[in-house]
Amino acid sequence: MPFTLTVNGESHALEVEEDTPLLYVLRDELRLNGARYGCGVGQCGACTVLCDGVPLRSCFVPAASLGGRALTTLEGLRAPDGALHPLQRAFLDEQAGQCAYCIPGMVMAAAALLREKPRPSEAEIRTALDANLCRCGSHNRIVRAIQRAAEELAR
Amino acid sequence: MQDVKDTSDPRASNKPGGEQQQQQAGGPPQPPQPNPGPSRQQALPYGIVGAGLKEVTRRVPEDEPPPLPENAKLKSIGKPVSRLDGIEKVTGKARYTFDVQLPGMLWAKWVASPHPHARIKSIDTSAAERYPGVRAIHIPERILSTAQLRDPKAEQGNRYPTVRYAGQPVAAVAADTPRAAEAAVKLIKVEYEPLPHVSQLEEAMKENAPRVFPGPTEQPATAGGGGAPPGLPQKGNVRGPDNKPRGMGPRGDVNKGLSESEVVIEAEYRTQVQTHVPMEPHGLVADWKDDGLTLYASTQFVTSVREDAAELFDLPKSKVRVISDFTGGGFGAKYGIGNYGLLAIHLSRKAGAPVRMILDRREEHVSGGNRPNSIQRLKLGAKRDGSLVALQVQAYGTGGVAGGAGVGFCHSTLYECPNVLVEQYDVFTNAGPCAAFRAPGQVQGIFALEQTIDELAERLKMDPLALRGKLDVSGTDDCLARAQERKVGAERAGWNKRRPAGSDKGPIKRGLGFAQSQWLYLVQPSTACEVRVSGDGSVEAFSSTQDIGTGTRTILAQVVAEEFGLRAEDIGSHIGDSRYPMGPASGGSRVTSSLTPAARNAAYRCARELAARLAPVFKANAENIVFADGKVMVKGKAGSAMPFREAVKKAGFEEISQRAERRDDYEGYLFKTPDMALSRHGIGGVQFAEVAVDTETGIVKVERVVAVHDCGRPINPKLTESQIYGGVIQGVSYALYEERHLDAASGQQLNANVDQYKILGSRETPRIEVILLEQLGAQSSTDARGVAEPANVATAAAVANAFYNATGKRIRTLPMTPANVLAALRG
Repeated sequence: MPFTLTVNGESHALEVEEDTPLLYVLRDELRLNGARYGCGVGQCGACTVLCDGVPLRSCFVPAASLGGRALTTLEGLRAPDGALHPLQRAFLDEQAGQCAYCIPGMVMAAAALLREKPRPSEAEIRTALDANLCRCGSHNRIVRAIQRAAEELAR
Repeated sequence: MQDVKDTSDPRASNKPGGEQQQQQAGGPPQPPQPNPGPSRQQALPYGIVGAGLKEVTRRVPEDEPPPLPENAKLKSIGKPVSRLDGIEKVTGKARYTFDVQLPGMLWAKWVASPHPHARIKSIDTSAAERYPGVRAIHIPERILSTAQLRDPKAEQGNRYPTVRYAGQPVAAVAADTPRAAEAAVKLIKVEYEPLPHVSQLEEAMKENAPRVFPGPTEQPATAGGGGAPPGLPQKGNVRGPDNKPRGMGPRGDVNKGLSESEVVIEAEYRTQVQTHVPMEPHGLVADWKDDGLTLYASTQFVTSVREDAAELFDLPKSKVRVISDFTGGGFGAKYGIGNYGLLAIHLSRKAGAPVRMILDRREEHVSGGNRPNSIQRLKLGAKRDGSLVALQVQAYGTGGVAGGAGVGFCHSTLYECPNVLVEQYDVFTNAGPCAAFRAPGQVQGIFALEQTIDELAERLKMDPLALRGKLDVSGTDDCLARAQERKVGAERAGWNKRRPAGSDKGPIKRGLGFAQSQWLYLVQPSTACEVRVSGDGSVEAFSSTQDIGTGTRTILAQVVAEEFGLRAEDIGSHIGDSRYPMGPASGGSRVTSSLTPAARNAAYRCARELAARLAPVFKANAENIVFADGKVMVKGKAGSAMPFREAVKKAGFEEISQRAERRDDYEGYLFKTPDMALSRHGIGGVQFAEVAVDTETGIVKVERVVAVHDCGRPINPKLTESQIYGGVIQGVSYALYEERHLDAASGQQLNANVDQYKILGSRETPRIEVILLEQLGAQSSTDARGVAEPANVATAAAVANAFYNATGKRIRTLPMTPANVLAALRG
């Protein structure tokens, strides 16, 4: 079924089977590897992207159902000149990732949180990210990175 | 500085445990003297920086670089340098195996047995073969990662491997698209003859239990550890006893010791099966070509992937190349090619195209490895003054169809005790194979042992910290470190404000507890490293080792940068390719201890060669050429300074290169093979936990953990802290939540996902404070040791001891779910 998908401001005419999850369209058709497979059933958050600014688990939502929505992946967070998003800079400054497989999903979930709530409390950050799994145990540094980015963005 | 005695002769050494006695009693022979060849006597700093640094003289190889001073006097080593590959990681550009897509690549999927135990009568692949897009089908003739029958004749005549766990691969398909592979897999018709099965530990121990294997088995250890000594007796599903975990113990006469004891503590502990759950599942992309096989692997040991592939496909190693750019976690389970890799290579050979085989989350839980469970019975005898007299441990655990369910070596090594007998048994069940998991066995063992020691302290009305101080006296480096760790940890954690057990009156009870951690100090002697300087001033380092998240690229660059007076960012740090000199496994906490001395030696030699090339440029002797702050200069002549690159260009050469191997530790080892050398010293730490127990709901919250650890010389404290956070978090997750549930009737895992298999999230993460010792052991050119495993060893035990301090009740069963907590509170 042909459809159009808007990812990071660019339109793509696509034709994949209609139940193909967005994650595989991003990775296999558009070669955007930021969103990652972790569980395939929307439980771990590694595949998180933004859909009209709201976090979406791309591994189990059919891409064909998202025509007309504005999708943002990790690759779309960078400024047009290539400058890192304040969240990406803060994750670097805090050295938040270890294996970092979960980090793209964490950054996207945090981007959605800061969009809705520019100065979240620590408890609000922890709640917003609770369902984004990290197995290396970087949680506290991730929380600090988000606090740092929030301060940066508020300036 | 004052002198301490030279302990270069291992025979002069104390412990661990009763090693000396054991050797006198005809134990393993003494290892040869370390580092044969020309040598010099060298004074080296020894001790804990800031707590009395001394000097020790050791015999070191003649061409060994001069010893490094403490980190405060260095420019690159010991600094919190940010990960060199951080940008790739936050922008999504880091290429994990999951991201590898090659031209013409096929997608593979396997058929998993729905039966936990069955003979396969027939497999019909004809419909699958006809499915559009299918390019190859393979039926495995063997299954990896499981124990092997001692006598393969027991199953001779079987056309296909016997199914021994639900989820075992039976056949695999490679197709043009993932969808075609999935559809074709469903068309493969397998006729099974189901056999009686058993998936629960205690059921499997019964004499009349269904047999998982028809005869005795062997489980060779992998590079990741695990396995069990060969030739152990096996009765039904029960294999053992192994009474020499890691070659340590037994000693003395336990029965006599117990009868002479004034206090005896006896209890049974139970721990659960934990799965590794790396965020990136196991996977491999195989590209079989006439001129060689290329493998892209999510692995903890590039070399083990190459060795497996070369052996199983009868290829010279020169024809197998393994690449691992980034690995999304491993925690012990990612060694060798695994069944997924075996199938991917077969399929690639048959199809003549690259094949990608990556497990999904269910397959990962079921077949990707796990930490075995345990039932441990401990009997500890002591004198009224606290000194230990006897320790007896009997432990049963199941690693499914694989052996390796021991409970560690802490019983023989952590505390002074003249009579120790540990008997550990592997019990086979129809469940997926276990694999090494961050301090295999030791996590389970310490959970029980450290509660037992606390119980002894309570019985004797002694402070648990003071009792450890009395018992932890082996004199090894880690023992000296722990004394300091207890001191600084107690101060930070507020130990003097600790209240008597069960002090809170309300339903929420708070408590503070602590436990000790101990792990092996391991080295991989086969480690090598190459350092090159190009004529344009580029400096590069090469090692085949991989990064599973610890920051290997960065520490490699830091060590090399130090010798050239450069910054870590200036060094091209190349890892994750079997074409580079052999690097260590990311397991057994041995990367930093193995790689950094080889890297420093290569860098030192290369820098000296560079100095010789630069001498004419500076009109000085090579010995007087120094590299510092990005510049080259003549010693004592600041005016001669020239930027590094500019100076190298003037030297007018194309490339110089030096390679160095990991030298033996100056003091030698307890034993050494090419893959692994074991020091008599260990690594470890102490952890303090604060918990809140809701005695009405049974919900436990860990609020704070103070983790004090030693890892020799920390090469990068920021990365070291990361690993300690991770160890603590995994430990809390293990203590409170994680548990694999197998359905006894079907043998299927009921929670093969990350929703019902609960892993700690950010809301449950405690405040974690890390204190890192800088301890110089005078053993190698960097004196670095590992930290990954000890960071995970003490946590569950510390939480359990805090639980007792909060409630006045012992929790002897993990995980601390509401049901287990309420049962413990009633008990």
